[in-house]
Amino acid sequence: MRSFILNDEKIDCHLPSGTLLLDFVRYHKALKGTKIGCREGDCGACTVLIGDLVDGQMKYQNVTSCLTPIGNVYGKHVVSVEGLNMEDLTPVQQFMVDESGTQCGFCTVGFVVSLSGYCLSNSAPNYNDAIASIDGNICRCTGYKSIERATRKITNALQNKDTEHTVNWLVEHKFIPDYFLDIPKRIEALNPVEEKITKAVLIGGGTDLYVQKHDQLVDKEVGLVAHQNSLRYITAENGVCTIGGGTTVTDLLESELFNSYFSNLSDHIKLVSSSPIRNISTIAGNFVNASPIGDFTAFFLALNAKITLSENENERTIFLKDFYKGYKDLDKSKEEILTSISFVIPSSNSQFNLEKISKRIHLDIASVNSAISIAITNNTIETIHISAGGVGPIPSYLHRTVAFLKGKTITAENIKQANKVLQSEIQPISDVRGTETYKRLLLRQLFYAHFIKLFPDQISLKALI
Amino acid sequence: MKNIDAKGHVTGRSVYVDDIPTLQGTVYGLPFGSPVAHGKIKEVDYSKALNFPGVVKILTYQDIKGENQIGGIFPDEELFAEKEVHFQGQPIALILAESDHIAYQARKLIEIEIEEQEPIVDPRIAQQKGQLIFPPRTFQLGKIDDVWQKCAHVFEGRADSNGQEHLYIETQGAYAIPLENGNIKISSSTQGPTAVQRTAASVLGVGMHRIEVDVVRLGGGFGGKEDQATPWGVMAALGVQVINRPVKLILNRMDDMKMTGKRHPYSSDYKIGLSEDLKILAYEATFYQNAGAAADLSPAVMERTLFHATNSYFVPNVKATAYSCKTNLPPNTAFRGFGGPQGMYVMESAIAHAASELNVPKHRIQKKNLLKDGDEFPYGQIAEDVGLHQIWSDVDSKFDIEQVHKRIERFNDEHHDVKKGYSLQPVTFGISFTKTPMNQARALVHIYSDGTVGVSTGAVEMGQGVNTKMLQIAAQMFSIDPAKVKLESTNTTRVANTSPSAASATSDLNGKALQNACKELIKRLKRSAAQHFKVELEDIALKDGWVVRRGVATTMTWEQLVDKAFLERVCLTENGHYATPVINFDKSIEKGHPFAYHVHGVALTEVTVDCIRGSYEFDSVKIVHDFGQTMNPSVDYGQIEGGLVQGIGWMTMEEVSYDPDGRLASNTLSTYKIPDIYSVPKEIIIEAMETEGSEMAILKSKAVGEPPLMYGLGAYFAIDYAVKAFNPNFNSTFDAPFTNEKVLMALYSNKE
Repeated sequence: MRSFILNDEKIDCHLPSGTLLLDFVRYHKALKGTKIGCREGDCGACTVLIGDLVDGQMKYQNVTSCLTPIGNVYGKHVVSVEGLNMEDLTPVQQFMVDESGTQCGFCTVGFVVSLSGYCLSNSAPNYNDAIASIDGNICRCTGYKSIERATRKITNALQNKDTEHTVNWLVEHKFIPDYFLDIPKRIEALNPVEEKITKAVLIGGGTDLYVQKHDQLVDKEVGLVAHQNSLRYITAENGVCTIGGGTTVTDLLESELFNSYFSNLSDHIKLVSSSPIRNISTIAGNFVNASPIGDFTAFFLALNAKITLSENENERTIFLKDFYKGYKDLDKSKEEILTSISFVIPSSNSQFNLEKISKRIHLDIASVNSAISIAITNNTIETIHISAGGVGPIPSYLHRTVAFLKGKTITAENIKQANKVLQSEIQPISDVRGTETYKRLLLRQLFYAHFIKLFPDQISLKALI
Repeated sequence: MKNIDAKGHVTGRSVYVDDIPTLQGTVYGLPFGSPVAHGKIKEVDYSKALNFPGVVKILTYQDIKGENQIGGIFPDEELFAEKEVHFQGQPIALILAESDHIAYQARKLIEIEIEEQEPIVDPRIAQQKGQLIFPPRTFQLGKIDDVWQKCAHVFEGRADSNGQEHLYIETQGAYAIPLENGNIKISSSTQGPTAVQRTAASVLGVGMHRIEVDVVRLGGGFGGKEDQATPWGVMAALGVQVINRPVKLILNRMDDMKMTGKRHPYSSDYKIGLSEDLKILAYEATFYQNAGAAADLSPAVMERTLFHATNSYFVPNVKATAYSCKTNLPPNTAFRGFGGPQGMYVMESAIAHAASELNVPKHRIQKKNLLKDGDEFPYGQIAEDVGLHQIWSDVDSKFDIEQVHKRIERFNDEHHDVKKGYSLQPVTFGISFTKTPMNQARALVHIYSDGTVGVSTGAVEMGQGVNTKMLQIAAQMFSIDPAKVKLESTNTTRVANTSPSAASATSDLNGKALQNACKELIKRLKRSAAQHFKVELEDIALKDGWVVRRGVATTMTWEQLVDKAFLERVCLTENGHYATPVINFDKSIEKGHPFAYHVHGVALTEVTVDCIRGSYEFDSVKIVHDFGQTMNPSVDYGQIEGGLVQGIGWMTMEEVSYDPDGRLASNTLSTYKIPDIYSVPKEIIIEAMETEGSEMAILKSKAVGEPPLMYGLGAYFAIDYAVKAFNPNFNSTFDAPFTNEKVLMALYSNKE
């Protein structure tokens, strides 16, 4: 049964699975608190919460309903602002009022929903995390300062939150209505059946396809590959880490394994999109989308990752760097699904870095990005992989630069020479994200930044320029 | 008092156009726009689209019974293009369909053949080719030609500022429904209900009395819905006239960005002359305003550029000339500041140029030349109540400019890969519509027989808090509980012939009209009470819901007084009118007294630039602002913070980008970036310089909507400072916005 719960109401859904959650909530159910600002996940006016039953507890995340196919919420709890409203304002709402965090009001509900989602998280309250929960919400009126002040008060009000029993505590303190208490039971009772992936258009998180092909999807059945438990895992075995194709970016961020491999993981991931997008977008989707500027493509290219493509029983595994044949041209048949990604777990002497610059530092598509993994033995570069995005028709694995640097020592002179090699193997073009000249200079700088950051004792900007 | 809409906003219960429950039979309108920026329409084939199931009708110019004309200042803009197209996205037709999804599919089936012509996107080229919207204008003071040779230093240069997308989060939209007898009601997301009404009437070929325009609130306007909300409201009304069904037209984001105009890009030349002791003796500027394909509000915007050409400085000899250049971009339009910011940017660039050449801190030249009382603006008005020197010294005493300078210099000496910069940004902004006849407003007040009050004004609530201020005024005047007062929607049948909510003057104009209405009603109520208590009218006061007689409370409540007056057949409804006194302007000599008063302030901005990557963060912006006597600090401070951040956005990351063929490249939120929560200054401090305030301002609380945007100019010059600290060879180009790209290129230009 295609069922889910919307606020306090059980929904048996008869619409095509590609219908957008936004249109369902706003127009089919006339819950007009959820607004439309851009329909491309870039403003957050349509933010709702999606709650998933995990180990007997509800786990809520904020998502952009404008990019979420309704099929991705079967068996889940969807919360719009109407599902948070009670007779009195909730503390989140009240602090937004008290601090004048709302002017025209059009974006406000998105902020309220995201902040309420933050309250629902089972973690100890912390101002920076609370702010991170609204990193996908854009406000054109306030300049955000009043919203920051409200967020600080909200964080303070959560100080005594019982994170073992978050929902109960929030109900008790009137952050959420009491129907939330019964939701886990009601979700369990829905007993959703995982839908077989059909031959229709495959949708992961939908965060790119619904931007590019909105009109072709919203009235169709789609193949749902994300959020299928069989495709959503992160494992480590025999020195190899494998992640399922349906794994979301947030799954990576929250993975203990991943955090143990990459000490600055949260700093890197903060540069990628926004919380509500990261909560639904899949790593595989980032690869298959074939954008020359995909942040996770750059990330995994620098891990020299492999991908497994499956069609029914047939499987094949190739290097990610061999996946891209030309602009938006993949080594993949129409029927194949990217089911998993694997990479050799970085050795203890290995270091990793991701650099990205865009017009706006957060919630933006890169002008240029680059990642590096590098291991040094006896002062020479033993293994190295470097990627760059935005400097050619495909996400680039910098073969020649890598070959040049292998076996070299870390000196400013070698890195300057390597930049010359690098410049010879990229073909950036001028577009809305920057001129060719800028992208060349920027990649040089990001390439230098890797070494300045990872080898501060050996390399300085001064020595490089 | 907090914003009266806040509770509705946080619960999602506030109503915007697209939230109005749709009537049965509603059809959805979708404009079809020109795919190219300039050309002659050879043929349009709608047949496939018309045959698409669910398409009801496609409207074109041929369906117009009245005038196919929407130009507000000049009649130079068609609602639907007939023979020629002048910008990409220019509406040619409106598809009416049973759902918006159907309309989108049908739109792809329209086939159009256009004989393309070369587009012009550069205003200087337009000017060279004689493509002007109207003749140039020049403001002059003193005798500039005689002064240059007396100047110890003269610098010339060029300064460019780009456009800015309004990016109200609620896109443009309207919902029109048929009433009886051919009457139509349009619910519109507009700052100018009367403009929608007037234009709809003339396009439909009916009287204005047939068209009712209603506005509950806007999800942001910022000037973008002053004139450019009109076509969508008119198209929806036209649809109603033609098919007699309700028509909803809500632009999607990409159409909105493509089809509507933005802040005007300007390209300008400046020449500045200074004395040995840094007095600015002469300033000459030539502005090339990129007006786009039609006049829209460009003449008025250009005028304000001239008014604010010298910003907060007194310059005895000025010549400022502006050209409004016709290009093949969407008609550019009002945007918070309305041409003022563009004019000030050039002045600030000229000062920065001089400071750099003379190797003195920019703020020394700024301070030396600040306006004072009695100085004459180039347009003839004499400066009064100029708090600038006081404000500057407040900034200095609170934030210690010299200390900031030293701290930053020290930081820059100690750090190679990161550099800091700072700037001071004074702002002087004139309040009033520069077109004098627009400075009028009306308010309609009903006191209901139970003592509650309904207030209608011409003001449109768009987040600026004007309804809150109106409610405050009514509650204060009557001295009753604010809960007894309701702010009605803005509706042309209740308040007619309104000026748009713009020019920062909405609260002043409508508030004063409301005061006038309240005063008259109070007089009537007092008369009734005076009769009752057998005293003179002057002996009666209304206080906190009670009638007070000669300073002593009586047993008569406000409600009892109202009920009594009603039974005595006293009129409990009043229409207040207000027209700003004093102001005038004579265009034939370009002199007069166009502004009721000026708003002043100074911002101190600090930035840190990452010299490896070319990115930057604003550490702080500290502002001392002349509020007069703020009637609502939470609303007014919110305007400062929001305006500042919008100004910083314009100066930094917001980059409107057109291809050479006139196609908008930055046509989505993924390619046009406005500040997010991480990119705003870490700290914003706002200190009020509480002054007497102006009698011309409502409750002496000065207008606050537009002025703070111009504090954002400081962002550009703070970055410029930091870049120079890293790369002394960098020659400032004054080409806003200072994007990460431009910063990196500047950091490494002429480096080796």
